[in-house]
Amino acid sequence: MTKAISVSGLHKSFGRTHALDGLDLDVETGEVHGFLGPNGSGKSTTLRVLLGLLRADSGAARVLGRDPWTDAVEIHRRIAYVPGDVTLWRNLSGGEVIDLYGRLRGGLDPRRRAELVERFELDPAKKGRTYSKGNRQKVALVAAFASDVDLLILDEPTSGLDPLMEEVFQRCVAEERERGRTVLLSSHILSEVEELCDRVSIIRRGRTVESGSLAELRHLTRTSVSAELVGPPNGLAGLPGVHDLDVRGRRVRFQVDTDKLDAVLRSLSESGVRSLTSTPPTLEELFLRHYQDEATGSGVTVR
Amino acid sequence: MSAAALAVRPAGSRELAGTGTLLRLALRRDRVMIPVWVAVNALMVLSMPHTLKGLYGTPAERADLVARMAGNSSLRAMVGPVLGDSLGALTAWRVGVYAGALAAATGLLVVVRHTRDEEESGRQELVASGAVGRRAPLTAALLAAAVANGALALLVTAGLAGQGAAGALAFGLGVAGVGMVFATMAAIVAQLTESARLARGLTAAVLGAAFVLRAAGDSGADDGSSPLTWASPLGWLTNLRAFAGERWWVLGLFAGAVLVQGAVAYALAGRRDLGMSFLPSRPGPAAGRLGGAGALAWRLQRGGVLGWGTGFLLAGLVYGGMAEGAADLVGDNESAREVFRRMGGQSGLTDAFLAAMVGILGLVAALYVVASVLRLHGEETSGRAEPVLAGAVGRLRWAAGHLAVAFGGVVLLMLLAGAGLALGHGERAGALLGACLVQVPAVWVIGGIAVLLYGLAPGAAVAAWGAAGAVLLIGWVGPALDVPRAVLDLSPFGHLPKLPGGGMEWAPVLVLTALAAGLVAAGLAGLRRRDMTT
Repeated sequence: MTKAISVSGLHKSFGRTHALDGLDLDVETGEVHGFLGPNGSGKSTTLRVLLGLLRADSGAARVLGRDPWTDAVEIHRRIAYVPGDVTLWRNLSGGEVIDLYGRLRGGLDPRRRAELVERFELDPAKKGRTYSKGNRQKVALVAAFASDVDLLILDEPTSGLDPLMEEVFQRCVAEERERGRTVLLSSHILSEVEELCDRVSIIRRGRTVESGSLAELRHLTRTSVSAELVGPPNGLAGLPGVHDLDVRGRRVRFQVDTDKLDAVLRSLSESGVRSLTSTPPTLEELFLRHYQDEATGSGVTVR
Repeated sequence: MSAAALAVRPAGSRELAGTGTLLRLALRRDRVMIPVWVAVNALMVLSMPHTLKGLYGTPAERADLVARMAGNSSLRAMVGPVLGDSLGALTAWRVGVYAGALAAATGLLVVVRHTRDEEESGRQELVASGAVGRRAPLTAALLAAAVANGALALLVTAGLAGQGAAGALAFGLGVAGVGMVFATMAAIVAQLTESARLARGLTAAVLGAAFVLRAAGDSGADDGSSPLTWASPLGWLTNLRAFAGERWWVLGLFAGAVLVQGAVAYALAGRRDLGMSFLPSRPGPAAGRLGGAGALAWRLQRGGVLGWGTGFLLAGLVYGGMAEGAADLVGDNESAREVFRRMGGQSGLTDAFLAAMVGILGLVAALYVVASVLRLHGEETSGRAEPVLAGAVGRLRWAAGHLAVAFGGVVLLMLLAGAGLALGHGERAGALLGACLVQVPAVWVIGGIAVLLYGLAPGAAVAAWGAAGAVLLIGWVGPALDVPRAVLDLSPFGHLPKLPGGGMEWAPVLVLTALAAGLVAAGLAGLRRRDMTT
């Protein structure tokens, strides 16, 4: 399968700040790809490089098989972008702006435009200055979803939407996937990412730290296990991959590296298992782990 | 891709892809602004032949006027040398510099509005994510400026054609040429700065410098031949000699400057990241010391006050230095003498000249006070006021900070103008400072109107510019036209004593001060009561 986006070793500095420090990102055609990272980790800088708005200092980037800086115009005919903070012109109506954005891309499907306006409950006749943040975002979303494009780049597109509209948004993204379009979704709403994304990339301080399907990522992390045993736990503490072991009589709670789960379960069943619950790591836990690494990491540099 | 989508697909080469769509966007957004600027400019030019005909009806009167003007260096500095005695030549002389400056202002505002403003607000990011070439936004902005200036050239040429087709064409093209020179200049500056406000300010400063260069050059030579005049695009307009033996090749200077500046702007535009500039803004302090709403207002406006203050000081110096030459003026033409008396005052002609200059500076200060008061409106509509007012800051205290800068700034500007005049003139510092301060209450009244509009009808706050514009029009054109006294009396400036030279009258000064205070109080009362708009 061809890659919609492939980025390797991307560097970009603003003065002395290294916003991107060797970032890698691969998005397959037809997938919905989650793009995660703490604030200031370089997500928006990456997206702006992919849009040809910033020129990378070094590294390779291809969007839809082309160079995002030199072939910006050709690429943009096949791309729709929604920024996290949409600003509109005060004296133009939302409908005018939707059609403008459509015209600036590959064109707009008028039927789909009408349908989306309906679904997002947007009044397209209002002037730009009278829209709330959520409604400004809807203008950009309607324009993006109604455009005739192959790739959608969405930068925290739902930060101003209410839960009902959030659901409409999720359905729209699912429809995009069914039509074979590619979506790169930067978001902090983890339930949204978990629901929508086939694969995710997590970046930190301008570098990619994890990339893969959620199942793959889970494999690299810990599962929480709590069990009630028949006999006393036996040698559990000495097993590799067991963390945060908490023994209270015959009740045990611990975390285990997911790839060491097998050996741990065998040890438990030697003691006899009365009840067992195991929870796979949520994306949130995955994510927090990287955020906390970030905190410790910066602590080290301060020292 | 649907057929409809194909039909609207942007055409053109890659760097310029989407220019047509962006130009339509620009013209749609400016559907009111550009026609108003162009119409005001064209009306100013096209009303002049009629006015001049009323004042100097016969060829003999006009020849007399030209003979007297030829020797008057201070008036040359104000409006340029007079090059012929036809109605057309006199029109070009009387309004040329101002029509050119107004066209320049239109050009620079349009270009910055559609380039740096768009990047600064973040709107450009979404637009640039479409199939838009890297140079398309700049091209569309310059084309929008070209549309405005083209329309102006057309109106002026058609309207003045009765005075001679060749001269009308030369003058129309020259005025539009000045507009495009400053449009392309703004295009360069917009690449250099990160802030649209700064880009506008810097380009306006270049325009001011062009005016001063031309004024200095023309005060020394009576035919525009001074190198200083040739160094200023406004001087090129004079040297185009519309209606006075047109020098067509001067149009080449405009074309050359537009091409060179345009090329520089294009080279810069293709070379930088979106939203970035070649003069990066320096980082600010890591810890802020802004103590409150008042300090914030000063921090936001101090750059503007500094710029205006420098301009007023320099203008004072130039005008003060020119005052001695003013005595050459007027001769025995009764109507010209009458006009100047109405503009300035009765006693000595030097005093009359100084009083007229003080009056002009007062009128310009009205523009400052409106801009400064409307910062409140800008802060409110941009949403920046909301978090401030959500703090422990009352509306009145928030407004008071900006109003202190606006109304106090007027005093500062007029003091600087007075200091400049006194330094340039070399004597009577006290009288000149006093004359400048007497203007303050009238400026305050205009500021008061702005506060009133902002407080009671924020949607119409921008109409305060209309008040300033009307006062400017009455002050500049009124004395030259035989405008009825009732109309002249509408302007607060018309009631002020003519200083220096005339006698001091306290009554109008006190009445106007009280009126300004009443307007501000009413505006603030309205502000306290109404909903904040977001």
